[in-house]
Amino acid sequence: MEKLVVPTMADMMAKGEKPEVLFWVGCAGSFDDRAKKVTKAVAKILQHTGVSFAVLGTEESCTGDPAKRAGHEFLFQMQAMSNVMVLNGYEVTKIVTACPHCFNTIKNEYPALGGNYEVVHHSQLLQQLIDNGRLKVEGGSFKGKKITFHDPCYLGRANGEYEAPRSVIQKLDIYFTEMKRSRANGLCCGAGGAQMFKEPENGNKDINIERAEEALALNPEIIAVGCPFCMTMLSDGVKNFNKEHDVEVKDIAEMIAEAIDIK
Amino acid sequence: MIANILFVLLLIAGVGLFTKKIRSVIRNIKLGQDIDLSDRPMERLQTMIRVALGQSKMGSRPVAAFFHVILYVGFIIINIEVIEIIIDGVFGTHRVLSFLGSFYNFLIGSFEYLAFLVLIACFVFLSRRNIIKLKRFHMKEMTKWPKSDANIILFVEIFLMSAFLIMNACDFQLQLLQSEHYFKGEIVGAFPISSHLISFLPNDVATLEFIERFCWWFHIIGILAFLNYVPYSKHFHIMLAFPNTYYSKLTPKGQFSNMDSVTNEVKLMLDPSAVPPPADAPPARFGAKDVQDLTWKQLMDSYSCTECGRCTSACPANLTGKLLSPRKIMMDTRDRLEEVGKNIDQHGADFKDEKSLLGSYITEEELWACTSCNACTEACPVNIDPLSIIIDMRRYLVMEQSTAPAELQGMFSKIENNGAPWQFPASDRMNWTKDEN
Ligand code: HEM
Ligand code: SF4
Ligand code: SF4
Repeated sequence: MEKLVVPTMADMMAKGEKPEVLFWVGCAGSFDDRAKKVTKAVAKILQHTGVSFAVLGTEESCTGDPAKRAGHEFLFQMQAMSNVMVLNGYEVTKIVTACPHCFNTIKNEYPALGGNYEVVHHSQLLQQLIDNGRLKVEGGSFKGKKITFHDPCYLGRANGEYEAPRSVIQKLDIYFTEMKRSRANGLCCGAGGAQMFKEPENGNKDINIERAEEALALNPEIIAVGCPFCMTMLSDGVKNFNKEHDVEVKDIAEMIAEAIDIK
Repeated sequence: MIANILFVLLLIAGVGLFTKKIRSVIRNIKLGQDIDLSDRPMERLQTMIRVALGQSKMGSRPVAAFFHVILYVGFIIINIEVIEIIIDGVFGTHRVLSFLGSFYNFLIGSFEYLAFLVLIACFVFLSRRNIIKLKRFHMKEMTKWPKSDANIILFVEIFLMSAFLIMNACDFQLQLLQSEHYFKGEIVGAFPISSHLISFLPNDVATLEFIERFCWWFHIIGILAFLNYVPYSKHFHIMLAFPNTYYSKLTPKGQFSNMDSVTNEVKLMLDPSAVPPPADAPPARFGAKDVQDLTWKQLMDSYSCTECGRCTSACPANLTGKLLSPRKIMMDTRDRLEEVGKNIDQHGADFKDEKSLLGSYITEEELWACTSCNACTEACPVNIDPLSIIIDMRRYLVMEQSTAPAELQGMFSKIENNGAPWQFPASDRMNWTKDEN
């Protein structure tokens, strides 16, 4: 596999170039060790398929999603407006991100603050690449594996995208199995609405345990996810049942990268 | 003659009281903040036709959906009969529309079948609540009034439908006996259901007439009473489902409202040369503490809630034992709004009591349990949005009171200081490119 080269927008600008798409990495994708692997998988797929891309690097800052969901509209708008200034400064037109929260915020909430871009979730980009033949995948090591998919709230219900992630992983000749609560009826992993950053309120169960239980009941080999927060919550949930050696929680991008052997 | 006058008086009183109540509900809804929902009228109309008229979101629970359609269609169609009842009542006629001939017979016949089906549906709904005891009808917020309310509605419908059928049965019997006021040379109406009841009826004309008149009066007084009961009840949805779905949120569920008042301030902070808002603009309260801080649409939502609990039974927080129930959020909003309305009626528009929606009805613990997952808005058959109320109250807690949970305060200051909700400097953002693997 060739060496991964990740240019920043500043590098590109200095060379007078403009990438096809900006890869918005997100805070989890930049700092969370598990999510960083997903970030890398996405970047490798972009490079492998010849999509010219760049990241903001040190110029990236939180979209403000957790602040907004927690009710801190000031902080959200401060973040949003300064991000919009950076993005508009680089004349960004298309953005891909592996985080449904960043995706939702930039796509739906930045326009009111002057940021208008075409925003896609990485599952949608992967599907586009497969559809137009730039990305060719076969089952490989995933062939016949029993896999279920957990819908991220901010991709699914929030933005109506249920198909793209499913159709991407189904390209891997897997044995796909659906949880009862899926698509529009999908159950949250428990992290949204800024819950990721606090202890749950008093109750009789944690939401990620409830969800992991539902997924594990299907006896899957892999629980596929499309969101760094779902990744954390479900990995913890699986660990809670001591199943982390039998069941993997994997992002769809990691699965694709592995299948085309660019891991 | 006395009967006609009495009837007209009752009609005026019934409709008059109802109108008064509706006016006060409209006044209450207008206590909310302004929001412009006049955009995309065609899309709104389509949503209303699909969701309210077409009941499109009921299908996820097929049994409830099936019997509800019977109630819904049955109730609306049977009420066509009320037109005739009113004309008969005012002018002392009997079955004034019977000149429609065979079409009339077809109508009355269908009403009878529908009335019978409505009866069955009511029994099914009653047993779901009181015998099977479905979980979503037996949660914390479903005790006392909300519980009786649901049963009252069903019993009233049962009484109304029974009165309608018994009235028809007596009428049929009287026609068979060729009683003077009832028989006009041939049998009018068709009685596919009530004809089975006549074997239980006496053959004596005077008693029959008495029962027939009694049921007639019972039916129409019942309808007028019911009309006035509806706006006090979850049954209000039979009217409000339509405007409420018309004004549905049309933007993606994940898109939360942009607070323009904040935008102005942030623009000033980032760019001091920006034009400040006019000085006479009212000082905005950030977020919602009480019902007046919510938008009129959020208030309309609260009156439209059917208390069906589909939202709560899909809510991840509620499912895992947290205090939050989106249905309770809606019921609290409505109860508080009614209270504020009463205060205004009794003490004038400027009266302020000690209470507020946030605090007296809804606790912070409920609000902080929400994951903003939109399961509730997806589940609601009348497109109610409990999540937006939760977020508006969080806004108040955070921006007016600074009472977010400590971990969230910490998250805020990390975003402020280093542009990420975790303690990592921006200079580490490219580290993932260097890590092995
Ligand atoms: C004139 C029209 C309508 C009538 C007579 C009617 C009648 C009723 C009655 C009697 C109930 C009580 C059943 C129970 O909870 O035990 C009910 C419940 C309900 N109605 Fe309606 N309704 C009407 C219109 C609508 C519309 C337009 C909608 C919008 C989709 C709607 C949605 C509901 C829902 C969601 C419930 C709760 C049922 C459940 O899931 O248990 N209704 N309705
Ligand atoms: S958005 Fe909040 S209230 Fe609604 S279902 Fe999800 S957690 Fe419950
Ligand atoms: S908000 Fe909607 S789903 Fe929830 S109880 Fe009311 S009508 Fe039912």
